[in-house]
Amino acid sequence: MEHLQFEFKGSGNRTGCQQTTLVGVVSSGNLEVMLEHSELLGLCRINVSTSAKGFAEIWQAVLSDFAARYDLSNLQISINDAGATPAVVCLRLGQALDDYLEASS
Amino acid sequence: MSDLSGIQRGHSYYEADARQRISHLLDPGSFQEILGPAERLTSPHLEPLGQPCSFNDGIIIGSGSLNGLKVLVASQEGGFMGGAVGEVHGAKLTGLLERAQDERPSAVLLLLESGGVRLHEANAGLIAISEVIRALLATRFAGTPVLGLIGGAYGCFGGMGIVARCCDALIINEEGRLGLSGPDVIETTMGVEEFDSNDRALVWRTLGGKHRYLLGEVQCLVEDDINAFRSAVINAIPTVHPLSLESLQQEHLRLARRLADYGHCRDGAEIWSEMGINDPHKLPLMDIQSFMATVADKGQE
Repeated sequence: MEHLQFEFKGSGNRTGCQQTTLVGVVSSGNLEVMLEHSELLGLCRINVSTSAKGFAEIWQAVLSDFAARYDLSNLQISINDAGATPAVVCLRLGQALDDYLEASS
Repeated sequence: MSDLSGIQRGHSYYEADARQRISHLLDPGSFQEILGPAERLTSPHLEPLGQPCSFNDGIIIGSGSLNGLKVLVASQEGGFMGGAVGEVHGAKLTGLLERAQDERPSAVLLLLESGGVRLHEANAGLIAISEVIRALLATRFAGTPVLGLIGGAYGCFGGMGIVARCCDALIINEEGRLGLSGPDVIETTMGVEEFDSNDRALVWRTLGGKHRYLLGEVQCLVEDDINAFRSAVINAIPTVHPLSLESLQQEHLRLARRLADYGHCRDGAEIWSEMGINDPHKLPLMDIQSFMATVADKGQE
């Protein structure tokens, strides 16, 4: 297992909700993504636990792209990964954020 | 371009994940999860083995309403380690059943999808299964019906196959499979001559929903639609009788009779033939409606 942590600074314009959102299943080539509101001084923190070792740079690229696209603040994202490809990771993150923002509105 | 907008599509039970099944089965918005993912109640055994955890440990439990009736519900996620039961997973299930003895809901619904005990935490998983069975029977004895729903890709096998058969009633779709040893386990231990796990027709003739219905192991066979499961649950709840010594003795007599009648058969199709079903080889191809019409007075002794 490999545990990674990433932090991205958001503008704070986008507000989250108190409700936790979870999408996806930890099965081969898939992952679960949990989104929770957290007072992180404007940061979006992403914790990844993955069974595939040695892909920190790819996680960095995928997650920084995601964070830059959506401008997220005060959000804790927790990921349990069972070897999902970057495309699947992007889709799950987008799906989780859709659900999360829907719950906030 | 094909226009699909006019087609009314239900929600496939088979295709849905554990959470989707709950949300379509219960009254909309009524589900309240217990020990949700934010609690991070994960398995302590998987990390040291280099296996990823799940925030739910492969099972979602909680309360909700179904047609206005209060129910407790558990839903196993087949995608996570084949729905296998570990220490935390089993404890959540046991806890839910014990809660039912205090809260006395109208029913406990177990959405079962599991290969059995999680071998990564074998002893803890085995103990968990026995605790689940004990709690399930105590719940039934306290007068709360426990219904099992089966119909996912991973079937219901091993220890959870035993748990399923401890329920008051089971509801299954054609795709659902129920058994003790799964096809791969039988082939591995007894050889491919005994059971060819790649022979899908054979697998469904022996472990699939239709056969399990004819044998009387499940009480209701439904289309692969979560709404059909929902209706079946609503119909089943009032028909459940409390657990008694007499009902158990009757069940044992039924099983002894079944073994005497069909113990020599090598295949589900042979049993169907002995049940007096004409053209038994046509059963697997029938939709549920024609199947039920064909077997109306057969099987389910």
